[in-house]
Amino acid sequence: MNKTRTPAIEGWFRADEAKPSLLGTRCTGCGSVFFPREETFCRNPACTGTKFEEVELSTRGRLWSYTNNCYAPPAPYVSPKEPFEPYAIAAVELEREKMIVLGQVVPGIGVDQLEVGMPMELVLGTLYEDEKNEYVVWKWKPANG
Amino acid sequence: MTREVAVLGVGMHPWGKWGRNFVEYGVAAARAAMADAGVEWKDIQFVAGGENIRNGYPGFVAGASIMQALGFQGAQVASTYGACATGSQAISMARAQILAGICDVALVVGADTTPKGFFAPTGGGERTQDPDWLRFRLLGATNPVYFGLYARRRMDLYGDSERDFAQVKVKNSRCAVHNENARYRKAYTLEEVLASQMVSDPLRLLQICATSDGGAALVLCSAEYARRRTTKPVKIAGVSTVTPRYPQTSVEMPNFASDSAAAVRVPDVAFKDSIAKLAYEQAGLGPEDMSCAEVYDLSSALELDWIEHVGLCKQGEAAKLLREGVTALGGAQPVNPSGGLGAFGEAIPAQAIAQVCELTWQIRGQAKGRQVEGARAGVTANLGLFGHGSSVVVKA
Repeated sequence: MNKTRTPAIEGWFRADEAKPSLLGTRCTGCGSVFFPREETFCRNPACTGTKFEEVELSTRGRLWSYTNNCYAPPAPYVSPKEPFEPYAIAAVELEREKMIVLGQVVPGIGVDQLEVGMPMELVLGTLYEDEKNEYVVWKWKPANG
Repeated sequence: MTREVAVLGVGMHPWGKWGRNFVEYGVAAARAAMADAGVEWKDIQFVAGGENIRNGYPGFVAGASIMQALGFQGAQVASTYGACATGSQAISMARAQILAGICDVALVVGADTTPKGFFAPTGGGERTQDPDWLRFRLLGATNPVYFGLYARRRMDLYGDSERDFAQVKVKNSRCAVHNENARYRKAYTLEEVLASQMVSDPLRLLQICATSDGGAALVLCSAEYARRRTTKPVKIAGVSTVTPRYPQTSVEMPNFASDSAAAVRVPDVAFKDSIAKLAYEQAGLGPEDMSCAEVYDLSSALELDWIEHVGLCKQGEAAKLLREGVTALGGAQPVNPSGGLGAFGEAIPAQAIAQVCELTWQIRGQAKGRQVEGARAGVTANLGLFGHGSSVVVKA
């Protein structure tokens, strides 16, 4: 019974298992980058741009901060497992884009294994499953090397 | 030309968890404020209502809902919502009407009835355009998750410890013992706080504020109207409802990311540092003039951030102030002499109004058991998600 791996949201990341990346947009007027994607109005107050091109964000960054969920969040969060298992959340700073992006941390890595400043890389992971699909979302994990 | 309005009366319904209609708490607070002011409901010319968003339509028109319960008498109304900043927005509206000479006397009121547990997004269905819905669906990023991230950052940047965060709760709970409006009136020990359940590391249950029912109200009036009725009015001298400047370099609730600082220069003053600035400027005062402060300890660690944002000390030094006793009752600048959110829990539209109630009682010398000696001026601060700054300066 093979479930289909489906992105939990369309257009926010390249769902390439080998080389995933977050997808943002860049304003063609002023070059500002947005994640999640901005498609309508450039949020730079000095720019009236309405045209954006898709960009892939850096897939590696430094851990800006971290925490965890010891209790299951309320709906619309769906726990991938019952009973709920605590998981960590990371805020990772991307150097080129000069922005911080949140993401769940891969299972098996808890707050005790994390340290501010450590290098992190983007992977894909399971958000939750139903009968037909395994919903996939971006996650962070400590980078190798 | 003065920008000051007088606070003629203040009133609160105690904070708690009863699940009753929010209008009840709003009416109680409004009546208490009017009695304190010595004005009658028929004399109120403008009502500024703080909305709530989890009680259906009546909450979206909270001003009118509370007026209807008091009995419609034809006064003008405006209701507003800015998440945790709602109360300051309502104060700002009432103040503007008075300063413009459109009315002499206004009522500001906010009340909420909240569900148990974490705040979850409002409304139903799949809302893939709503960042507040998506942050739960894709990340499980509850409010405590954001607080945990900021707290861990303080530990890494400044060497703050779990004990420091627990000490904030201990300090504030000692004041709450003497505040009949507080929900939790127990004086906690460090051991009790550090033994409570971890919620979002490094923050434990007793370090994260609850969600509460409650109501608070003010009667504001022009300086001339106040002069006819009291010799020593307390005054609102500054109100700030500023928004951020792009790009914001911190990840703010309910967002997934900060803005990118790669293409546009970051503002000289970060958003949270800019909030109280405008209120100080209007008041012609600075942080050094504040006898005390009421700031938003959604988590006990966040109180330390706010102490820095309102300028009571330099960035990174708030825990030092705490350890030296500066921010405790008896210290040079007590912070959260009401007991803070840790003792109240959050009743969203009432909270910023409650902060002003506390400062008013302090300046009048009516804060029995938790009095800041010789209080002459105070500052409130918080911020509501989606970019709502909130700060009021109150003075004698």
